[in-house]
Formats: sequence, structure tokens, C-alpha cells
Amino acid sequence: MGIDENGYKAGSRLEKILKAGQFAFTGELGPPRGTGADEVREKAAHLKNSVDSVNITDNQTAVVRMASWAACLILIQEGLEPNFQMVCRDRNRLAMQADILGAYAHGVRNMLCLSGDHCKFGDHPTARGVFDIDSMQLIQMVKKMRDEGQFQSGGEIEHPPKIFIGAAANPFAEPYEWRVHRLAKKIEAGVDFIQTQCIYNMDRFRKWVQEANDMGLTEQCYILAGVTPMKSVGMARYMQNKVPGMDVPDEIIDRLKGAGKGKAAEEGIKIACEQIEEFKEMKGVHGVHLMAIEWEHKVPEIAERAKVLPRPTVD
Amino acid sequence: MIVAKRKPFDEITEMLQGYKKVLNVGCGTCVAVCLVGGEKEVSVLNAEIDMARKLADAPIQIDGYTVERQCDREYLALLDNKVDDYDAIMSMACGVGIQFLAERFPNKPVFPAVDTSGLAVNQAVGWYEERCRSCQKCVLGWTGGICPVTMCAKGLYNGPCGGTNKGNCEISPDQPCAWYMIYERLRDQDRLDHIKKIEAASDWRDQVPRTLVQPGYEKPETAKAE
Repeated sequence: MGIDENGYKAGSRLEKILKAGQFAFTGELGPPRGTGADEVREKAAHLKNSVDSVNITDNQTAVVRMASWAACLILIQEGLEPNFQMVCRDRNRLAMQADILGAYAHGVRNMLCLSGDHCKFGDHPTARGVFDIDSMQLIQMVKKMRDEGQFQSGGEIEHPPKIFIGAAANPFAEPYEWRVHRLAKKIEAGVDFIQTQCIYNMDRFRKWVQEANDMGLTEQCYILAGVTPMKSVGMARYMQNKVPGMDVPDEIIDRLKGAGKGKAAEEGIKIACEQIEEFKEMKGVHGVHLMAIEWEHKVPEIAERAKVLPRPTVD
Repeated sequence: MIVAKRKPFDEITEMLQGYKKVLNVGCGTCVAVCLVGGEKEVSVLNAEIDMARKLADAPIQIDGYTVERQCDREYLALLDNKVDDYDAIMSMACGVGIQFLAERFPNKPVFPAVDTSGLAVNQAVGWYEERCRSCQKCVLGWTGGICPVTMCAKGLYNGPCGGTNKGNCEISPDQPCAWYMIYERLRDQDRLDHIKKIEAASDWRDQVPRTLVQPGYEKPETAKAE
């Protein structure tokens, strides 16, 4: 089920690259807090030809921004492939399915299904979180739409959307022992690829991938390792102390500090490139998802230095 | 039990502005146990209102009367021969009691003196913690007796999410992660298989006003129709 005549579930560039056994390299772009389409175009220009697909965040950290689907359309106009992120926090199953149909009609072929940060963190902390369905159920819903041509409720869809389905995994949140089981659940729900939380604790990540390998999970979905280069010691400390579910070992902070004044960002990129080099060789890892937060202009340089260029072409 | 919190005093006085004879009705059940709306709290609030209105040079006659339960018709009937003497009624019962009171006396303005906050347990004197959202689709049997709808800030059925933080919820280091607790309890009971299965999307049953008729109490025509 789910494989079209052409052999693909959705036929996105990301799917084709992963299916061909190539090492995928994806990027991320946060839409603006306003209507500035040029801002999206400018960020997209930095990412073009450096990544295979670009995640477009959906009101990330519960802060209102241009709709993810709308920024996805701008990316398509610019000749890039978007990965439409959708959180369960802001809309119910009707609105979600409507957006999926609309986004697909405009050429969106990848999605990342997420729970979403709690409203409490955002710019509307008193808003009601919807969570009509959770991320697991969202994956199920998109799969049902694609493979059975049915809405969540069972009604038939005319021309079903063929989406390559992604989800997140956080190998670092406790309880650790549960993390691979949660991955297994997402696979059972229908996920095609996973993009992980930003990785800094390589030991913990190696262990998680090993467990996933042992359970055969990395043969059932593609794993893209999450990488975010540190820009400064302050950023590393913030991520260590303030961001839930983030695991930043002291060694990272020590290395950034040791680089000397004004050289922490360069050291951060160096660490990221070393990580990418290791992921390329790591069994069970099929690509890297580079989240260069407000640092899109550095992506070509990082891609170059991590030796993931040129990006493969697909039919 | 149902727990509630007294409204801010300014909000109460604003609602009562312009009314000169008010009956404040307490409730002797849940809100009395949680120390917000029983006989004692009615007296205290009335004394405060009386004082404030005197100081504002707008005196009020505010009397108190506490019934056993405001969600029961037979107890509300005790007010039938009293309410005519008042311009308005205030209620210190939960939202259920307030509405039943308003329904019984449709010609009288009825004002809430408390904000109803939920179904909670008594952790210690004056300390209550919510445990149930009355979703009408109880999953406690497979979640180790811990409610994900109430205790998880996102109400997730397939948690924990990536925001679980050293056993706590992403919203606060003081809020335990419900799914972390569910995991631990089921692990200790050797029942983790329960949450390895995907829980399908909920068929939310709390989206319309609900009526409950226990089996054996249906009207014959209703029972037949079902």
C-alpha cells in the first residue's frame, strides 16, 4: 500500500534522494513575523542548491508567524522543495486536513508532523491549545489520507494528497529507555522519515541509533540527524539550561570557550561539520537536518565544509 | 470533588454595583469542603461586601443562606419563599449550582462569587489538585491510573512529547510530566505493552451539553428509541 506506479509514496525530491540511498541534507527556514515575502525569498536564496528540502516551521515556539503552508508556496515559487511542518497545537483535525489538501494542491509533497510547543512559551500565552489529535494521530491521519484516500473520519477524498510523512524524535528526553519505543510507535503510525532534535550529546545519540538498529527500526524509516551549529557560548548555555528536552554536554561549552574571543561561532561550525562527517558513516543514519537558526546565510559554507555538496539531482 | 476559587473582590463588587438587597447563597457540599463557598465563607464575604459598600457610601443589605446542595432541586426549593425579598442573588456554589439556581429563579439576576476550577483531590488542607476533565472516555485503565487528558499540558494520548524535561513538563519544572509518570508506573507493573500500542484519535464527547440517564431510569419512549 502507498506506493504509486512510479515506485514512490509521494515522489518528493527528499523521498527520491533517500530511496536512492543518497545521504540527505535538509535545511530549515522560519517564516517572518509579518507579511514580508521577500524575507522568505532572501533566506531561501541562501539555501538553494545547498539542501534537498527546507523545513518551514509552523508558529515555532508558539509565536505567530506567516502560515507555514504560505511560506511553503513562496519556496516552491523560488524553486526549492519545502517540508511543511504542522503542529497539533493550533488547529483541529478539520483545519489540518483542509490545509493538507490545499498545500498538496499547490505542490507540497513533504510534511513534518509535530505536537507543537505549549502556548505558554509563545507570544499568546493565554491562547487555548487545541491538541484535538496528537502527533502520532496526525501521522496516522496523513497516512490514511495518502494510502487509503480517506479522511480521518473515513470519508472518501477525491484525488488524495500524496505526502512523504516525517516526524520528530528526541533521543535525549527522559525516560531514555522509552525513546526507541516511541520511534517504533511513529513507524507503526506510518512515518517515512524522522528528523531528530538537535544533537550535541553524541554518546547518547550513538546509543539511541544503536538501539534503533537493533530493533530494525532504521530499516523501516529514514533517520535524519538534527544539527544546529552553536553561534556563541551564550547560545550553548541557553540551550543547556533553558530549552526543555535539550542535552548540551559541558564539553561543548568548554570547546566553544576554549576557541577564544570572537572565535566561538567558527568553533561551532567546526563541531557541526565534524558531527556531519560522523553521521555520514553512521549505520542507521540516512541524512542530516541542519537547523541553522537565523543563520541561513551560513548554510552554503557549512554544506561545503561538511562535504555534502553538490546535492544530488533527481528526475 | 468539584473545587473553586473565590473571584477577585473587585470583580464581585463590580457585579453587585447598583443592587441594594442581595441574597448570597452558599452550598454545603463540594465548595464547603474546599473552603470557598460554604456557610463560613458566605459570612466572611458578606462582611467584606458590607464594609466596602459602607465605605463607598452605597450601603447594601446582603444576607446569607447556605443550602445543602445547589445542584439538587429539593434544596433549592428552600429558597422559594426568600428570593422575592431581594434584587439579586449571588451564589458561592460551583458553576453547576449557580446555573441551577438561575434556572429556578429566572427573573432574578444571579452572580457567581467563585470561579469553578475543576475536579480535584484534597492533597492537604486548602490544597487541591485537579485530576479529571470529565471527558467521558476514561483511559485510566491503560495509563496506570494517571490521566493524560488532565495531567499532560497538551492532553496527549501518545506521549511523552519531546518537551519532557528530566521527568517534568516543558511548561514548568514544578509540573511533573504525566507521561513520564505513566511510563514509570506501567514499567513497575510490567505493563508497558499498554502504551506501546497507538491510541487512536479521541472521539471527543464533551463538545455538546451532555445528559446522563442511568440504565433503568430512562423514560420508556427514550429507551425504546435507542
